Amino acid sequence: MIEFEAPKPISQQSFVLKTVAENMMRPVSRYFDEHEHEVPWDYINFMHMAMKATGAGSLAPKEAPKKDAEGKERPRIGYQMLAFMLEMLSWGDVGIYLCTPGGGLGAAAVQSNGTPEQNAKFLARFGEEKPAFGAMAMTESQAGSDTSAIRTTAALDKEMNQWVLNGEKIFVTGGQKSLLEGNGLVVVWATIDPSAGRAGMRPFVVEAGTPGIKVTKLEHKMGIRASDTASLVLQDCHLPFENILGSPEVIQDKNTTGFKGAMATFDATRPLIGATAVGVARATLELLKELLAQEGITIRYGLPRQKLTNIEREIIDMDVMLRSAWLLVIKAVWMADNHKSNSLEASMSKVRGGDVVTKITQRAIEIMGPIGYSQDLLLEKWFRDAKISDIYEGTGQINRLIVARNILGYSGRDLR
Amino acid sequence: MYSFEPTEEQTMLIDTVSRFAHSDLRPASHDADEEGQIPLNLIKKGWELGVLQASTPEAYGGFGEHSSITGVLAAEEMAWGDLASTLAVMAPGLFAIPMLLAGSEEQKREYLPPIVEGDWSPYTAAIIEQHYDYDPNELRTTAKLDGDSLVLTGEKAYVPFANEAKSMLVFASLNGQTQGFIVPNGLSGIIIGERQKLLGINALSVFPVKFNEVRIPSANRLGGVNGHDFSSILASYWLATSAMALGVSKAALEYAIDYAKDRDVFGMKVAQKQSISFMLAEMATEIEAIRTLAWEAAWMLDTGKEEAYKEAYLAHTGAADMAMMVTDRAVQILGGHGYIREHPVEKWMREGRSFSLLVGMTII
Repeated sequence: MIEFEAPKPISQQSFVLKTVAENMMRPVSRYFDEHEHEVPWDYINFMHMAMKATGAGSLAPKEAPKKDAEGKERPRIGYQMLAFMLEMLSWGDVGIYLCTPGGGLGAAAVQSNGTPEQNAKFLARFGEEKPAFGAMAMTESQAGSDTSAIRTTAALDKEMNQWVLNGEKIFVTGGQKSLLEGNGLVVVWATIDPSAGRAGMRPFVVEAGTPGIKVTKLEHKMGIRASDTASLVLQDCHLPFENILGSPEVIQDKNTTGFKGAMATFDATRPLIGATAVGVARATLELLKELLAQEGITIRYGLPRQKLTNIEREIIDMDVMLRSAWLLVIKAVWMADNHKSNSLEASMSKVRGGDVVTKITQRAIEIMGPIGYSQDLLLEKWFRDAKISDIYEGTGQINRLIVARNILGYSGRDLR
Repeated sequence: MYSFEPTEEQTMLIDTVSRFAHSDLRPASHDADEEGQIPLNLIKKGWELGVLQASTPEAYGGFGEHSSITGVLAAEEMAWGDLASTLAVMAPGLFAIPMLLAGSEEQKREYLPPIVEGDWSPYTAAIIEQHYDYDPNELRTTAKLDGDSLVLTGEKAYVPFANEAKSMLVFASLNGQTQGFIVPNGLSGIIIGERQKLLGINALSVFPVKFNEVRIPSANRLGGVNGHDFSSILASYWLATSAMALGVSKAALEYAIDYAKDRDVFGMKVAQKQSISFMLAEMATEIEAIRTLAWEAAWMLDTGKEEAYKEAYLAHTGAADMAMMVTDRAVQILGGHGYIREHPVEKWMREGRSFSLLVGMTII
């Protein structure tokens, strides 16, 4: 039956994470925004300890169905739990959230593309003593939305049975921490045949400490400044053969399994990015309401529009945007948990999340005037943090394209 | 638990309504709008699907329990076929559902069974008032206590089937609070005006009704002498318009998609142009988002959550905007052809404008 009751594990998790957000993130939000590239170790160490205890970690849950007291299988809620977790931590500080240790997007890529043995081998590190980080390197300076235009190559050295990677990646979230802070990994997308376009793309695991890969730059960004956004250069970077993700058949022939694996990774993480967008939007709307209440402005729900003040109307519209965006995320992750193909809903939730957080943060500052524009409040930071939500992990435009193809029954060739 | 799956029973009801909407409502839709009337046998057929009956407990002549979620599911499905016909089929609910939600036990036992167990019959309600800032919570029609009677004075509009209704619920302000009153038709002081001509829903006959100091027994106050809480009725009005807005919007989106995939332009199909495809993607996303909001609001109302009223209001305001956006874009995507009454999109656009203002026109 249709229902909207948050399961107990989620409510409990939210309670704990709200405390984390309020005590470990908000008080240092401004500090890490101003000290770009300093690492929030207190938060990281705390989260590592907490997540080890609960088994959480990457952006993809590996959940064995638990049985309840009568031996019946509990409903799967792994992705739902992740969505709630990411929303709450982003409500705290989305830049600091992006420093959360664990597999992140890298582990999600391993889970979407790797064999069970590879999963076991590469992901174990995230549960060890010290925090480790996972990242994914796809974008290059000439290839963003058009991932098939990547030029990083992977050549097979048959004698040594090793892959040799050469190329440059940019905009790698957590790239520096993954390679240089702890025993992490970066999943690097390279082509085994530049002439083959999509069909040549493959994912490769580059573990921390591998020679031949270097962090060459950390970007100065509009927002999410606590998160390191790295450029990586691979120069004759040798990898063991087994570090290519996927089974041998997938690896050998020219096929688009690799590319599809990349898309599957994004399908799984898209609603989660929607969740982070909602977190920032919710923080903004809540603060906005508080500030207006201090000015004696209350919102009279239930009135026809003709009787609402302009500000009331704006707030009510924001309430609609926020709640509907969040429910779309929940629906998308519920589908993932229930093994229903959710590519449409995943993209919809990303479209809406990015849209909504952009509109809400922009309007909030407009409404708060000179107060909103000042760094006395975190409002202007959230405006800056928000914008990336509509850009990374599939821009709002690419996601509209995916939604459109889905509802039109079109392939990528039919609709460019 | 979160879940977006209707129950088996709900699925059966949706399927039944859906078939009716496809096979009966939609084919009759165009002519009904042009001619300004709905064939009575069509309304009766819709009534026999049992949507209201499924929402009424056995004690009052039905076979189910009131469920806002079920109501939202069924209403969206039926409105997809034709909005005016849906409003017609559901008109008796304008009397019955507030009665179910807020009537006293005596009132429910007296008034509900004849409506619910019988054939479709034009029971109705008068709540909408024809001024720009019509507010269900601040009505200008008044009810004053006078000894053992109540006296109703005011002007209502958009009352479906007022000319034929046996009985209507009239909502008026009693001591500043909106309350419902059972008013048999034909009482002295009731003046039914000429049928109204509207931007859309032309097939449904609606009337202005004046109440010149109409006298009713004080026992006719909904809920009995102590009256009732209006908020759950209002929330149900909001959910009803949200659901029907979803039905009309989905119809418009599907039609626009089919047209765009078929129409040739510059050596390809219109749907293959990014600007058009993005419009469609946004329409689809908006519908899906507002639907989840309406469902959550319905669930909150069903489970007695405090935030139900507010969430129903948010669903309503979101749905009104969604319907206007989606139906407008559907006309746009059909270009010149969208402007011609042979295609249904301009009709849906005229209907798309209604949801923000016709609160009280329908209820689930």
